[in-house]
Amino acid sequence: MLTDALRAQPTGLTEALALIDGLDDALVHGLARIDEDRAAALESLAEAFNGSPLAGRVSDSIGKIVSGTVTDEHLAALAGARSALLGAAHDALLGTLSGALGRDRLPSPPSAAGPVIVAGGSRSWLRELAIAGWRGVDHELASAGSPAVQALLADPAARRLAVLLDGFAAELRAAAPVATLERIPVRRWADLWSRALLLSQDGFPADPGEPVDGRFLLLGLDLHEHPTVFRAQAHGLLETAGGDVRLVRVSVAAPKVETITGPSAWRMLAGFPIFRAAVAEHRAVEVSGLTLTGGGDLIWDESRVTAGEPADPFATARVRLGAATAFSATPLDRHPAAIAEPVLLEGYTPGPDALDLGGVSLPIDTDRLPVAGPLTPALIAASTACIGLLRWDAGRWLVQPLAVQASVKKKAVAVHTGDWALGPLDAKAAKAEAVAGTAVDVLRERAGRLLRK
Amino acid sequence: MSIPYERRSSAPVIEPVRSRKLAKVPFLELAEGRLQGVVSSGSDVSRVYVSSITAGDHGLSCNTNNNRPCGGLSGAFACNHLRSLLTEATLQYGAGRVARYLKIEVAEDADLITGLHPTVAANRAAEVFSSFLRHLSYLELPATTDPLPDLAWFPAAGAVR
Ligand SMILES: [Zn+2]
Repeated sequence: MLTDALRAQPTGLTEALALIDGLDDALVHGLARIDEDRAAALESLAEAFNGSPLAGRVSDSIGKIVSGTVTDEHLAALAGARSALLGAAHDALLGTLSGALGRDRLPSPPSAAGPVIVAGGSRSWLRELAIAGWRGVDHELASAGSPAVQALLADPAARRLAVLLDGFAAELRAAAPVATLERIPVRRWADLWSRALLLSQDGFPADPGEPVDGRFLLLGLDLHEHPTVFRAQAHGLLETAGGDVRLVRVSVAAPKVETITGPSAWRMLAGFPIFRAAVAEHRAVEVSGLTLTGGGDLIWDESRVTAGEPADPFATARVRLGAATAFSATPLDRHPAAIAEPVLLEGYTPGPDALDLGGVSLPIDTDRLPVAGPLTPALIAASTACIGLLRWDAGRWLVQPLAVQASVKKKAVAVHTGDWALGPLDAKAAKAEAVAGTAVDVLRERAGRLLRK
Repeated sequence: MSIPYERRSSAPVIEPVRSRKLAKVPFLELAEGRLQGVVSSGSDVSRVYVSSITAGDHGLSCNTNNNRPCGGLSGAFACNHLRSLLTEATLQYGAGRVARYLKIEVAEDADLITGLHPTVAANRAAEVFSSFLRHLSYLELPATTDPLPDLAWFPAAGAVR
């Protein structure tokens, strides 16, 4: 039963998160200022690794950090320990959920050698941040990562780290000077910091994947954004030529600037017309020779796909999702906040903030209802069925709706996040999009005049 | 059950910005302790003014992209470029966020310009202009189909509340 899984508290989760909190709190004040309490919290973290292969490195590194020596190597071990604990929390949560959904999951993919990227600048900025602590971040330190980000952006192999660091740096700049900030996003910044630090290590593993042929059926679309990136991520099923049905994701992302936001951000994805049409018109897509990674990401290539007949995502979810096999994240990508499990929910009672599943109230993740799509809290409150992503954050499960079937003025409607992929269908939003859309043209014109001088 | 902000991986940090017309002020940012930006010249399409206001002491600076001082800025009297910069920043970020950043105290709904106590600041045109060029360079970068799993931490902006 899904409701049991949503209520379940995996054994050891609370203890693991308490250890994470101890480390995260040390990063608030900075590793240059570890008092007795914070030292004790870090030492408990080290003890949790007793008997594991990481034990030696973690306890040695934490010992050195507490005594005042903070090197790149010690920080990598600290971030690795944090990642391992959160990975275990991820596995426990997802395991319970998969069991309840009756969802089979392939094992985690073997790792392969990753590309060589030049990340020394990133490592040294992340070290300065850890030493100063979030409270020590002023305008100067917040901006000090900029040269590293610019260098990484120029290397396509380093795009993942560049996009992450750029989003993190933008938050620190917006929050600086952090000393006067009312509330600090302690868990979040520790997450971003430790992920960036791991990605900055030489030899961060890759997940190269293998070519596949088949048919991609859309379930729903998720949108991501920070000041300099806009990303559309489709969740769907891949029916392979061999007859397997796999739960996969497709991602297309474009660089942008802060003033390009809302529905006009779709203009930045102009290079993916088949993807946009498939999402907006709910078309099945024939794929030929696309790479499918071991973690379940189908690497989109417009030259290897053709849009086919319309396929209703709700029909796909009702008929095919139950028997689909899911993938497992690569080891270093496991984190409770990375869980985004597609589900079909029906027979619930919608409330303003939650769906009542009959005994369990599942909160709606209203922070994940983007203005670039047509889904609103009012539609969800009028809904009878929902395709959504189950997510976990701060001790509870939430649902992020990607599509709903609802009754509006006694008429049955279906509304999907990706409906506006080719432009808003709503007149008011279309007008706003046209005004904001000229922003892209203005900036390109300015860039043309000023950049090439 | 209230969820502590401190323990949320998805805790929102940057308030969503409002879109605005960019013709007059193509670029502005709250960065390095300043509101700084680029203002199009009314008369010459290849000229822009680089304008900034420092947080706290409200130091004003305005120069052309060729580093000539703005004729409209005299001592503590803000030129039209600086007025446009502040107006557009209010549209983009909301008056509250701009006032907090620059430490401007005005009555609710009053124009922020009335709360400035300006002084003359050092010329920052070179830094601001290079920040603008870096900003524009994002539009030249290629799109990517990499899975970018870390974007799970960055949901697309919701409605401005
Ligand atoms: Zn001026």
